[in-house]
Amino acid sequence: MAVFTSQAGSKIWQRRDRNAQLLVWAGWMAGIMVFMYCWQQISRATTWVFVMDAPRIADDILTRALPPRWSYMEQLWWPVWDTINIATIGTAISIIIAVPIAFLAASNTTPSKYFIRPVALFIIVGSRSINSIIWALLLVTIIGPGVLAGTIAIALRSIGFVAKLLYEAIEEIDRNQIEAITATGASRWQEIAYGIVPQIMPTFAGISVFRWDINIRESTVLGYVGAGGIGMQLQASMNVLAWPQVALILLVILVAVVISEWVSAKVRGAII
Amino acid sequence: MSESAAAPRVWKKPPFIENPALRWGLIIGFTVYFILAFASMDINWIRVYEGLDRGLKFVLSFMKPDFISRGGAIFEGIVESLVMTVAATVVGLIMSVPIGLGAARNISVLPVYLLCRGIITVSRSLNEIIVALFMVAIFGFGPFAGFIALAFASIGFLAKLLAEEIEGAEKSQAEAVRATGASWMQWINYGIQPQFMPRLIGLSMYRLDSNFRHSSVVGLVGAGGIGATLNTAFDRYEFDTASAIILTIIIIVMALEYSSSLIRARLQ
Repeated sequence: MAVFTSQAGSKIWQRRDRNAQLLVWAGWMAGIMVFMYCWQQISRATTWVFVMDAPRIADDILTRALPPRWSYMEQLWWPVWDTINIATIGTAISIIIAVPIAFLAASNTTPSKYFIRPVALFIIVGSRSINSIIWALLLVTIIGPGVLAGTIAIALRSIGFVAKLLYEAIEEIDRNQIEAITATGASRWQEIAYGIVPQIMPTFAGISVFRWDINIRESTVLGYVGAGGIGMQLQASMNVLAWPQVALILLVILVAVVISEWVSAKVRGAII
Repeated sequence: MSESAAAPRVWKKPPFIENPALRWGLIIGFTVYFILAFASMDINWIRVYEGLDRGLKFVLSFMKPDFISRGGAIFEGIVESLVMTVAATVVGLIMSVPIGLGAARNISVLPVYLLCRGIITVSRSLNEIIVALFMVAIFGFGPFAGFIALAFASIGFLAKLLAEEIEGAEKSQAEAVRATGASWMQWINYGIQPQFMPRLIGLSMYRLDSNFRHSSVVGLVGAGGIGATLNTAFDRYEFDTASAIILTIIIIVMALEYSSSLIRARLQ
């Protein structure tokens, strides 16, 4: 904040002094330049005639898509069940793998700070950086299309997420409780079981349910690369331009996601 | 002494879920579900077994990633992904502000609130890939479709958290500004905006790196970016190129995540 005296002699309040103001302007300038460059790149790669035509096409698709073909639903129950299984089993597998990794990565429980901890952290970052659909693409080429590829893809992506949030929770626990347990002469494992686990249990349950909710959303598209679930129906319907079926699939996905979000919010509300 | 030890009481750890009916119900329910789910999974174990040495080949290719032979395509793809990321984050951020304001129950009227919440729900429920598919159908192939898809996804994410932030904002500050006779714009500008600004900047930094992560996959459906190159590499079993692309993505994500955490730490 700065106060300046104007030529007339009266004092004027300003939020920043001159240098700070110039810096802010320079920041805006740089930001806008970066954005304009990006926009130019996109614009160059775009056929604007198609974009101009877009409202007409969108309208066309919409009129073809409505009303949804409700009778298609009987072919959708099985893919929906598969989608839920991919998300749930994938989450379960990821939890089983993520828990030991989290304990290896947390600085207060890791057996070796200089060797094992970096490895565990690298696993976490690697798993988090790669989107589940890339994992699915990879697994479909390796073990063939199907539900198994989708489940493993979801599991691989979720390991990093669960382990990251869990190890942060482990690092933030209350030290006193562990000291109390240690004072009774407890072994290292008993310390973890009675001192750490009860403290992180609510967080852990919350993370798992949260990730399950995200996984329901992600598993709806894995089928696009052949990894099972409702995405396969979506791709098949779009390929033959069966828009009423596409509309129904989207509706089903929307309902499934809203329900899973509601369940996860309820469970997390009950825990906390 | 020993006559009072009628039955030695052993301490047991209290269970996580106290209600025994609920606890056993959940355990039995999950067990039944998992048995059913596994039984219904249709897995071709022979195909899985045959794929294992291809998997090994892929893992080994991580030891010698090939950045060179498709270097040009990788570079172009990454630049296009970054460009889409930046543009989508900026546009998503700008669009999310009015929608976030509209979705905050304490400052908007009911019809606007319901409309904005509806937009947020749809945007959050539909995965980026699905949105990208439609955008490709509408706008044609290329980064423009991916940019719109990512911007649309960012709107849902940013607007939802922004609305929650506004709903949790302190009332007294806003009231003080209103008491000076401020107009609606001034009220938002001076009473509400300073309260959510640091968080909004933090969130958009977070969104920047998650948009990059998503921009690397929308290419799979033809919406521009590195995804198309990656897909081609997988289709041709060029695992060394694929591993080079994946490593590049990991490095950029790590760099973005690190710098965004630095910025967020400075703001809070």
